[in-house]
Amino acid sequence: MASPAQPGTIFSPALAARFDRLVTLYPVRRSALVPMLLYAQDEIGYVSDAVVAEVAARIGITELDVRNVVSYYSLLKTRPAGKYHVQVCTNISCMLRGGNEILDHCKKKLGIPNKGVTPDGVFSLEEVECIGACSWAPAAQVNYAFHENLTPESMDQVLSDYRAKAPNGEGK
Amino acid sequence: MATLTTHPDCVPLVSYRFGKGATNIDKYLELDGYKSARKAMELGPDAIIAEMKTSNLRGRGGAGFPTGMKWSFVPKQSAKPKYVLVNGDESEPGTCKDRLIFEHDPHAVIEGVIIAALAIQAKMGFIYLRGEYRYLIEIMEKAVADAYARGFLGKKIFGSDFDLDVVVQTGAGAYEVGEESALMESLEGKRGIPRIRPPFPAVVGLYGGPTIINNAETIATVPHIFRIGAAEYAKLGTERNGGTRLFCLSGHLVRPGVYELPMGYNLKKMIYEVGGGIPNGKKLKAVVPGGSSTPVLTADEIDIGMDFDQVGKAGSMLGSGGVVVLDETVCMVEFALRTMKFYQHESCGWCIPCREGTDWLKKSLTRLHAGGGVDKDIDNIRYLAENMLGRTFCPLGDAAAMPTIAFVKKFRKEFEDHLEGRGCPKHRAAEPEPALV
Amino acid sequence: MADVTFTVDGKKLTAPAGTLLIEACRAHGIEIPAFCYYPGLSLQAACRMCVVRIEKVPKLQTACTTPVAEGMVVVTESPEIAQARKATIELLLGNHPLDCPVCDAGGECELQDMTFKYGAHESKFVDIKNHRDEQQWSPVVYFDRPRCILCYRCVRVCGEGMDVWALGIQNRGSGSVIAPNGQDHLDCEECGMCIDICPVGALTSGTYRYKTRPWEMSHVGTVCTHCGDGCKTTLGVRRANDGMEIVRGDNRDKSGINGDFLCIKGRYGFDFANREDRLTQPLVRQPSGELKPVSWDEAIDFAGKRLRELRDARGGQTIGVIGSNRTTNEESYLLQKFARAVLGTNNIDHHRTADYPAFAAAMNGESEASLRDFASAKAVLLLGNDPTEQHPGLAWQIRTGVRLRGQHLYVANHQNIKLRRQATSFLRIRENDYAALITYLAGDDSALDRNGEAKAFRDAIRGEGSLIIVFGSEFRGSDVEALVKFGSSLPNVQLACLGDYANSRGAADMGLYPDLLPGYVPVIAAAHFAQEYGASLPSQPGLDLLQMFDAAGHGELAALYVVGANPVARYNIDPASLRNTFIVAQDLFLTETARLADVVFPAANLYEKSGSVTNTFGDLQLVKKAADRAGTRADFELIVRLAVAMGADVKQLVPFGHRGVRADMGQARGAQSGEADRHGVWLAAHHLEPKLSPFDPFAIFDEIQRLVPAYEVPRLDLLSGNDQHLRSGLVQIQHAATRRDVVWPSNDTLFTSGTLGRYSRTMSSVLESREPAETAAD
Repeated sequence: MASPAQPGTIFSPALAARFDRLVTLYPVRRSALVPMLLYAQDEIGYVSDAVVAEVAARIGITELDVRNVVSYYSLLKTRPAGKYHVQVCTNISCMLRGGNEILDHCKKKLGIPNKGVTPDGVFSLEEVECIGACSWAPAAQVNYAFHENLTPESMDQVLSDYRAKAPNGEGK
Repeated sequence: MATLTTHPDCVPLVSYRFGKGATNIDKYLELDGYKSARKAMELGPDAIIAEMKTSNLRGRGGAGFPTGMKWSFVPKQSAKPKYVLVNGDESEPGTCKDRLIFEHDPHAVIEGVIIAALAIQAKMGFIYLRGEYRYLIEIMEKAVADAYARGFLGKKIFGSDFDLDVVVQTGAGAYEVGEESALMESLEGKRGIPRIRPPFPAVVGLYGGPTIINNAETIATVPHIFRIGAAEYAKLGTERNGGTRLFCLSGHLVRPGVYELPMGYNLKKMIYEVGGGIPNGKKLKAVVPGGSSTPVLTADEIDIGMDFDQVGKAGSMLGSGGVVVLDETVCMVEFALRTMKFYQHESCGWCIPCREGTDWLKKSLTRLHAGGGVDKDIDNIRYLAENMLGRTFCPLGDAAAMPTIAFVKKFRKEFEDHLEGRGCPKHRAAEPEPALV
Repeated sequence: MADVTFTVDGKKLTAPAGTLLIEACRAHGIEIPAFCYYPGLSLQAACRMCVVRIEKVPKLQTACTTPVAEGMVVVTESPEIAQARKATIELLLGNHPLDCPVCDAGGECELQDMTFKYGAHESKFVDIKNHRDEQQWSPVVYFDRPRCILCYRCVRVCGEGMDVWALGIQNRGSGSVIAPNGQDHLDCEECGMCIDICPVGALTSGTYRYKTRPWEMSHVGTVCTHCGDGCKTTLGVRRANDGMEIVRGDNRDKSGINGDFLCIKGRYGFDFANREDRLTQPLVRQPSGELKPVSWDEAIDFAGKRLRELRDARGGQTIGVIGSNRTTNEESYLLQKFARAVLGTNNIDHHRTADYPAFAAAMNGESEASLRDFASAKAVLLLGNDPTEQHPGLAWQIRTGVRLRGQHLYVANHQNIKLRRQATSFLRIRENDYAALITYLAGDDSALDRNGEAKAFRDAIRGEGSLIIVFGSEFRGSDVEALVKFGSSLPNVQLACLGDYANSRGAADMGLYPDLLPGYVPVIAAAHFAQEYGASLPSQPGLDLLQMFDAAGHGELAALYVVGANPVARYNIDPASLRNTFIVAQDLFLTETARLADVVFPAANLYEKSGSVTNTFGDLQLVKKAADRAGTRADFELIVRLAVAMGADVKQLVPFGHRGVRADMGQARGAQSGEADRHGVWLAAHHLEPKLSPFDPFAIFDEIQRLVPAYEVPRLDLLSGNDQHLRSGLVQIQHAATRRDVVWPSNDTLFTSGTLGRYSRTMSSVLESREPAETAAD
């Protein structure tokens, strides 16, 4: 892990610098809150207490204010997810083309329920609402990458590609 | 990256640069890019708005409000700064068009922002994308940086006296933030709870300043209107429904995809010719014409032109352009349940009818679908939906209620078939959940 | 704003343009239901109960967000509207636990009332309700999530009203939940406003929950016994084995000078009254050295006889009397009368928390500000003190003024007090620069280190068209004089002086001073008092409180009578120095002082007696007997009985039966007089009530009104429970400059209240729950 850019930050130098700039882009600092939380989560893995504390300090609002916002947005997690967060859409367009089957397949394949994390921390699974891939349904996102026109077979391939990317025994 | 599809009936206007590498600013310029912005700069605010009115462009987010009129509501004089806001929080189930715009033609969005900013004399614009669209945020941020580098954004754009800053903003997962006032709250770093209106955004919007907020497709259409001329653009569509629109065909179709078709294009033709019809020799059962919020049409209600007025006359709405096609195998109770599950998940929870109504309806539909239904459930589902309709703080309650009412009304028999402990005829294995009578 | 005319339910109404429809209707007696709307708090439009039909508008509109407009035609009740409201209730009840039989709010629940009104009697909901277990957020606050209807009143009153912002809204949709700032606990001022404002039983208090059914209580409006603001509190009392116990305090009816505001002390700090270690039997020290319970007669006879012996043997000037900051005006008055006329001493004092005599002298009859004035004042200058901690009611009024009326608040303080957040301008000064600040404000540039900030501060204050100047005990003696003089140089200035306890002002007004009689009349000018009392009064100033203890140390204080005070702890008196002093103490508890006494009388507290108190702003209010505890006596009665035991003429002491037949009409009688007896109130107001008892404080109130002109307030209003601002300043004949400054601010916090506060379990448990633990000031 890179050493922090400045004493007192839990973020990498690059992210800390990005945040330093982010708050200056808007007429009010608080506008940086939602992006900051999402980018912080991308780096730390989830919105930890430490993330809440630092973001609150950077914006100049209370931790309660930050938590009120964090809990509103479904992408923001307050518990660690897997290294690869598999998000299967089952909303109407995907449902019509087998989204539920893809989800069930992932549950079986990964051996975890919806919102579960594999014991090695490599994968987590979540049934999600429409991700904007309706015309290429069924679809899933692994972290931010879209995987579309899925079949159970192609989903297997997707999962095994990610599995191969994770160094042996790596977990969180 | 989403696959592009086309059909001979398509009119590539907004999709004119799709697949042509226009994320590259030079390529964009080569394909008539930023000419409209320069043209608009010569026209000045009043003429821009007049052009917009002539174009008959109506908001592509779903409500279909005339864009030119919306812009004209912004007061000329304002003590507070004005803003242009692009709603790229595309989340209506069945809708995946804005994604293509951001992916293939990000500069068109920027150019649209420039024109809108010129129209109301705003000095700052925001392009708000849903957090799930991370790769698009990167594309947009690159495009914005390129536009700054060329002097199309920033101080004295295009060498004029006009300054304009644009910031790309990410959401973090909330359908409700697609509602314009909730989006402004989110952009101010708050929970995505809609605001009390009036005042409307055109008068008191972002940071309290007069604000234009438009759907991404609407904004991306603007430069094309100035590219081909407003009258020409209007002519592409039907009366009071100018131009083309990106229709997202999904569900049981041979060729699902996003197609740019003229406003008023026949729905039946859209399904059977553009979309290639229903696969596997199945029959059409129903169509959700404009995203999950719009009331379902039965197979014999689809011979209509797809514009705001004609779909409205048919008892539904053109909505966001998400055409979801259901074949005869679909269980309408399951479909209604999945729809409600979405609204229950996405309700912001602010007002009682939406928060409690969506939760209750989801529970009832879940139980009914699983075979735990009782007689009065069906009437009760309709009662609840009808009592949410028009009573909620924002349109999300209506969006949940309208399709539900239509499902029960048009497919009541299927709901009844789930009763008496039978559960879903398609999912007989499902464990019935008993009612707590 | 100009008035507009509009039609509601066929009636033509008029209201200022911009008035919210819901308020305009309520003002004309048309009730529009609402959960989320709350006057003075921001608008939500969340509950959808206030929907009405407005002509030419397609959808039902929320009356709470619609301003009235000229020609508007509104229907507030129709089948359509009733159905909309009924459906909203049905939807709410879907997930509501319906545990009304055990819910604290059952019987006084807005959701119950609405359900009753709109007839949502059929339960359509057959699924499993969402549930989450109840949580304790603080010693005071409990949260029952399933009962919550998400009206957000608590969130707003905590944030907007209290400026604490300890409550938030988390999650979304049906998972939405009110959340405390400490994740699983609250870190706040524990005022309980959130609980009070909750329309259902979602927020409940540790002191009240599951203790009673609302209809088992009687409600008595009286005045809080803690700080000097004198907030009205309505006590819910209930029969207990040994009297009437207090189970709740609130001011839900918004009557009184504090509206619905109360802090932790007013709302929960009554619990000392219910403690089991209350004294309930007189104690007399035995030859063995032990304090032993004896009968009332024995104790009173013993104390009276001994005091008489000492007076006769060693003279009144060897007896000291220490009064209380929490007894009624009548009791304080009677105590000084007893001291001067019966004991024959001017050695009388109390724990002084502000220099009221200096203030009275400087004011010279000018009007001072009522607590009410602060919410409506255009500008306030706050010098010293920390009202958030020491005068929460004042802080509330100021915040309300700033928030709702754009009041300009100027704060000068040596600390970063919380009210600076509301301040238009905040000037941080050094602790010993208050006097210099006044000199500077008055125009002497050399008085303070010259800086732009101070100048801007001064210019802004001088630019105000009207101003209330309120100051803490940082100002005493000639500093008060200078401040008042500065104030009189500005236009439309009112002043207020901050002292610490419920009747600190009354103690001062009633002459608990060695050199001043009631109304700040110097003892050397006591002729009309002597005439009224029918006795010769000592004419030389007596010993102040500290001098009395010095005298005791020198063996020169034969006796000390301490009423409702704990000087031994407060002034850290060496018990050995009191070895040769005969001490009679009256208190609720065996305090450090009572423990040294030879006779201890168990006293009633302010919630267990009637009479009047005066807050630090000169607002005179009636206290009513709400509770009682078997075995205790009001201080008034104890003083009378002690005087009688000493051989005094009771009719001289308390003029009952004096100038007409008098009888106690229930003011002093039972805890359960309930709603004021209208006949009795009227008779009392017109001096026509037959007062038959010498224990009736209103017999003495007559005398106070005769001798202290400022207390000549309209009696009918006072006795009806309305606060009365003293009519004019109390004029002192002689200047106070020679008086020794023994003002000793108690520096209480929100969670301390002198000795009494230590006996409140709620306040103690809040202190204990805090890290690092704060120590209670004594």
